[in-house]
Amino acid sequence: MISEAAAVRRRRFGSAMTYSFLLALAIIYIFPFVIAVVTSFKTEPDATANPLSLTPNPATTSAFHQLSADQDFFTWVKNSVIVTLSVTFLRVFLDSLAGYALARLRFRGRGAAFATIVAVMAVPGVVLLIPKFLIIRQFGMYDTYYGMIVPLLVDAAGVFIMKNFFESIPVSVEESARIDGANIFRIYWSIVLPMARPALVTLFILSFQGSWNELAQFIISAQSAGLNTLTKGVAQLASGQLGSGNRYPLKLAASTLMTIPVALLFFVFQRRIMNASEGAVKE
Amino acid sequence: MATRVWRRFREPGIRGHEAGAGWLFLLPVIVILGLFLVLPIAMAAWVSFSDWNGNGSPLGAHAHWVGLANYRDLLTTPGLDQNNFGEALRNNFYYVLLVVPVQTAVALFLAVLVNKRLKFVGFFRTAFYFPSVTSSVAITILFLFLFSPSGAINKLLSYLGASGPSWIYDPRGLFHVILGQFGVNQSGGHLANGVFLGVSYWDWLAGPSIAMCVFIIMAVFTTSGTFMLLFLAGLQGIDESVNEAAALDGASEWNKFRHITVPMIRPTIFTVVTLGLIGTWQVFDQIYVGTKGSPLNTTLTPAYLSFDTSFNNNNWGAGAAIAFILFAIIVFLTLLTRLATRNPDRVPRRRRFALTGPIGDEQVSRIGVGS
Repeated sequence: MISEAAAVRRRRFGSAMTYSFLLALAIIYIFPFVIAVVTSFKTEPDATANPLSLTPNPATTSAFHQLSADQDFFTWVKNSVIVTLSVTFLRVFLDSLAGYALARLRFRGRGAAFATIVAVMAVPGVVLLIPKFLIIRQFGMYDTYYGMIVPLLVDAAGVFIMKNFFESIPVSVEESARIDGANIFRIYWSIVLPMARPALVTLFILSFQGSWNELAQFIISAQSAGLNTLTKGVAQLASGQLGSGNRYPLKLAASTLMTIPVALLFFVFQRRIMNASEGAVKE
Repeated sequence: MATRVWRRFREPGIRGHEAGAGWLFLLPVIVILGLFLVLPIAMAAWVSFSDWNGNGSPLGAHAHWVGLANYRDLLTTPGLDQNNFGEALRNNFYYVLLVVPVQTAVALFLAVLVNKRLKFVGFFRTAFYFPSVTSSVAITILFLFLFSPSGAINKLLSYLGASGPSWIYDPRGLFHVILGQFGVNQSGGHLANGVFLGVSYWDWLAGPSIAMCVFIIMAVFTTSGTFMLLFLAGLQGIDESVNEAAALDGASEWNKFRHITVPMIRPTIFTVVTLGLIGTWQVFDQIYVGTKGSPLNTTLTPAYLSFDTSFNNNNWGAGAAIAFILFAIIVFLTLLTRLATRNPDRVPRRRRFALTGPIGDEQVSRIGVGS
């Protein structure tokens, strides 16, 4: 009896310890973002003098006013939206096409094609900055939307995800459609894709997040201010090329605004993202 | 007759059109990968052996073959190029040395905590993962603010009675600072005179600069959540009965962790370390947004140096050469970790336990997409 009570007490103590650990850690992980949001409502002297305070004194929305009055900021938002949506939709489509071919269609060279795609996946992105710039310029796509978008359209990892997904679903439905005489693209479009929704959503999230947050590719593919995306524009704002003073409320307001779309996507699809580990692909 | 020919052409069997369709489906991916990945690498390889200065096309009359000159300037010829490259390698080396073990340990620790059956565990997972979804630009700006000389971190330190450094403006090496506490300062001798890649032995031992430490903390903060998810997947593959059996035998939490958990998620640990090594050798965004290599080149990284040398100084040959050396480093380290994973003495015994697929492809690719 005594030992049982002790065990219960020990377990309670254990979970109390775990909770306090978790809580302390959660505060460390969340607090910086709280500071970012709060600071964007501060005046510059207040932000500098009281960097830790959670009550703006005085509270002001001037940073947001300044951003909304700024034509540049709208250009950045517009460009980010154009690039992200184009990249995301086309990438999901092209990756799923290729993934389907690699998983289901039998043809000579399939193994080699897959091996090549995996090898390509292994090339580190930063190493490709100069090479990509060279080719974009060579093709006359420098400083255009095409140069910003086309190199991002395909990613080997996405092909990989789709291939694995298609391999995990039963082939019988497709077979019967085939016997009924449907052509391959039709089978893919109206039978396979609807079944692949979970994987498509995953890929959509990854592509959206990846291209919305992309910076390096836009640095090397365009130079005119009219083609700045949010990441590039805000990065220039940060390095002080566009003004003087530390302007932290303004920079943090811009960072907060640019985080909203990915944060929303994250919270909406949270369960899928967090449970990916539990085999969401196969649901 | 005509219809029969037509039908034969149209339906040569249930799998007849697959070859054509297969290549057609793959075509866009292959064309884009070929044009924007394979071809550019070949072109950059040429540039790294040339003296192209950014005028005209590197394939035209403006570029001349210079052999290994660009590589020599970086590796063997003393000068500014070599000095910058040596410093960039040193900075990134210490960055990797600190970030990879710390982020792996933190991620594993978080995963073990949020793997317990507790209330609100979903909230905690979300909190730890959230930094991973934000852009490097936004996070860098936030950290510049938190770590500014009169910023939140130094304010916190002042409450604790300590006075913080000026962080991103402080070029002192961490190890130098610690050695300085023990009265060890640069002496004239051997360490000051010996030079490797344009950097003196003493400076090789500097450790990460205080400025670089900000980026190190930031890297751990932003990536530990991603790797936590990988570990969580690995942990959920462990059969709970093993832990229960150990608990019945009176094993402590630590012993269970040390002798059951760690061996069983060894494949995940190797994955996380490999991905960590690949990612940490590619630091670019943070440096571009935050410091551009300052103070005194102590946050310069090969990736940023390669960009800066090419785009700002128009020394494209050297910039491309840096990129290829960086590529070689990353490939070498990846192969090295793979060799370590395939250690024949260890793996087969445990293979029984190690689930073959504890890591979803999704997560591996998430990292690929995110970086």
